Amino acid sequence: MKYLIITILTFFAATFAFAQSLDAKMEVRAQEIGAQLRCVVCQNQSIEESDASLAEDMRRLVRARLEAGDSNADVIDFMQERYGDYVLLKPPVQGNTFVLWFTPFALVLLGLLWFAFRRQKAIANAPLSEEERAKLDAILKGDER
Amino acid sequence: MIAEIGHIALILAFVVALAQSVLPMVGASQNAPRLMAFGDRAAIAQFILTAFSFICLTIVFLSSDFSVKLAYNHSHSAKPLLYKISGVWANHEGSMLLWVLILATYGALVPIFGRRLPSSLKARALAVQAMLAVGFMGFLILTSNPFERVVPVPLDGKGLNPLLQDPGLAFHPPFLYLGYVGFSISFSFAVAALIEGRIDAVWARWLRPWVLLAWSFLTIGIALGSYWAYYELGWGGWWMWDPVENVSFMPWLAGTALLHSILVLGTRHSLPSWTVLLAISTFSLSLIGTFVVRSGVLVSVHAFATDPERGVYILALLGITTGAALALYAFRAATLTGAPGGKSVSRDGALVLNNILLVSATLTVFLGTFYPLFIDAISREKISVGEPYFNLTFTPIMCLLIVFMGTAPMLKWRSDNLSRLKSTLLKLFIILAVVTGLTYLIGKSVLGALAIGLCAYLAFGTIATILRRAKFGELPRDQSYALLRAQPAATWAFVCAHIGLAICAAGITAMSVWSASAAKALQPGQSLSVAGYEFTMGELENARRENYEFLGTDVRITKNGKAIKTVHTERRYYPIRNMLTTEAGLHLSLRHTLFASISENPDPASKAKWVIRGYYHPYVVWIWLGALLMALGGFIGLADKRLRFRGSEVTE
Repeated sequence: MKYLIITILTFFAATFAFAQSLDAKMEVRAQEIGAQLRCVVCQNQSIEESDASLAEDMRRLVRARLEAGDSNADVIDFMQERYGDYVLLKPPVQGNTFVLWFTPFALVLLGLLWFAFRRQKAIANAPLSEEERAKLDAILKGDER
Repeated sequence: MIAEIGHIALILAFVVALAQSVLPMVGASQNAPRLMAFGDRAAIAQFILTAFSFICLTIVFLSSDFSVKLAYNHSHSAKPLLYKISGVWANHEGSMLLWVLILATYGALVPIFGRRLPSSLKARALAVQAMLAVGFMGFLILTSNPFERVVPVPLDGKGLNPLLQDPGLAFHPPFLYLGYVGFSISFSFAVAALIEGRIDAVWARWLRPWVLLAWSFLTIGIALGSYWAYYELGWGGWWMWDPVENVSFMPWLAGTALLHSILVLGTRHSLPSWTVLLAISTFSLSLIGTFVVRSGVLVSVHAFATDPERGVYILALLGITTGAALALYAFRAATLTGAPGGKSVSRDGALVLNNILLVSATLTVFLGTFYPLFIDAISREKISVGEPYFNLTFTPIMCLLIVFMGTAPMLKWRSDNLSRLKSTLLKLFIILAVVTGLTYLIGKSVLGALAIGLCAYLAFGTIATILRRAKFGELPRDQSYALLRAQPAATWAFVCAHIGLAICAAGITAMSVWSASAAKALQPGQSLSVAGYEFTMGELENARRENYEFLGTDVRITKNGKAIKTVHTERRYYPIRNMLTTEAGLHLSLRHTLFASISENPDPASKAKWVIRGYYHPYVVWIWLGALLMALGGFIGLADKRLRFRGSEVTE
């Protein structure tokens, strides 16, 4: 009898847990969103990674919004409105983050442009002459003795 | 008594460093051989005194002498031996003493391996090295005396932060510091070269092994830290773009750029002032790393020993060191002339490109790390910069780097043209396309497939490079094999490091794209499913061990009913520190890691259910294997005959 009750209870617990969990697709979306949201009381952890109870609440909130039919962007907007820019691990592109967002690309672009258009003096100037090379070799050999 | 002796030794080392920072410099400018030679002896004396001081502190910890405040705060008589030793540097004061010891060690190696260096260059570099020592020893003595006593003497210590009681972390700081501080040698020699106003290929060839050494240690240090975070913090994050991680990564990136530019300087005698600037920047970034961790300016999970007041001292030290070096650079860089660079399509050109991309990547990490602090300081607006930012900015730069990395090493120095490489390039692009296509069919992710394709392209490109260098296909087989054997160590270092990066990047890609996890409140016997694997919770176990209590369970992992492995996970409670930690249970294999952890009870009222998290991490081990291979590459590079530590008894 005892075992029967345990079995039934386990069964109910299992179905309850099953009903509680979203279908797989929605769970994937929830995790995708969660990875972009910071647990606001933690030090540099997303709400998906954190064990803090606030993160747990925030995870629930994300799933509740998804179940209510929000799109991924809606959920993120909702969380941003509620917790401020601080909650976004991917900072929004706006006035105070232009420098942050565009510097890396500007650096690479400027670097590549400089590289492509730099004066290539090598053609005009010869590298080490034979004499210079011999001198260098002599110095290096001398050291190795 | 031992503590006082250690303290006196440290003060003596400080005095020696003070003399060493002045006399050889004067000697070099007046061409006085005896004053210059003083630098050699002082460097060794400074090392002996610092090492003695460090040994004293170690004895204090080993003998559990809790009259010393540091041991009282960070040790405990019941602690295992390994953690009594690692406890020496698992705190602010001790870790700074280790920092200074490593600085003195590198300084002492200069006279040992540098007998044939121009004596004025060596004297000046040793003086600069001693100035750094003066700054940091002063910091220790004035603000962070590790030998301070406590009265009355407590009965037992407070114990070590349990998160740090782990072999991975016991060895993480020494390796990290061997890396960070190793770059002090390139800094000192860069400053010395600026003072001398000349720089040459001999300078570059002598310095390159030191850069390789520091870079390899830093690689190992970062990999150890990443591995530690992965299994100790219990949620499977191997890299979190946490500020403390970022500040160790920046010197690595800059050091990688330095490693390549010094190669150009040593071979082609071009890029002299750029190389000097990189040498200064790399060490400055190491100092920034020290500052950030030691001051706790960016609070994060790793900053365990923080004190803002000490931060001011280190910030001043950082400002003076970097500022003075950069000012000197501004005045003197013009005097450092080298040969003109090669054409764009040449190995010189490719290495310039490498430097452009690596420096951009370094600055991106710098920006992502410090921008939130900057915005907060000027406008009190709070923003977060996390993984998604770095994925969108840092990752594309690295991908571009890999595109060039795969083929650029095939180019000749000075001048080359791509049509020579046409058939090899075509083969590589076929490999890229095929691997990308196959990965897409299996993994169903376009970006993931492209990234894996790039890794394969890099690995095969590296192999193709070595085959070309041995002229396979051009010469008869046996001659090619002979050529292959005759390749210098530097070539094998390059092969090892570049393939290491390919392996590491493949692991990172697999981990970011195809990992899966799930969490569920379970009772013993129930299970959850992750990526086709069933994680079944076993009986709950609750008991005491050495210095903690724990609550753990076995988690049986099966796939389609077939047993894979049973792992053990537990939550530990350390009463001495009143701290909870999670020990994850791991099943590590080359293909994937399955990983279970137990976290808090979702409903404290009922003790029946516990949240079990299950993780499926494909190829995550490759990340660290790749990193170790890179470090191995660095060590192999040390053996290159052209770079032999000249004039030393230490030959093969």
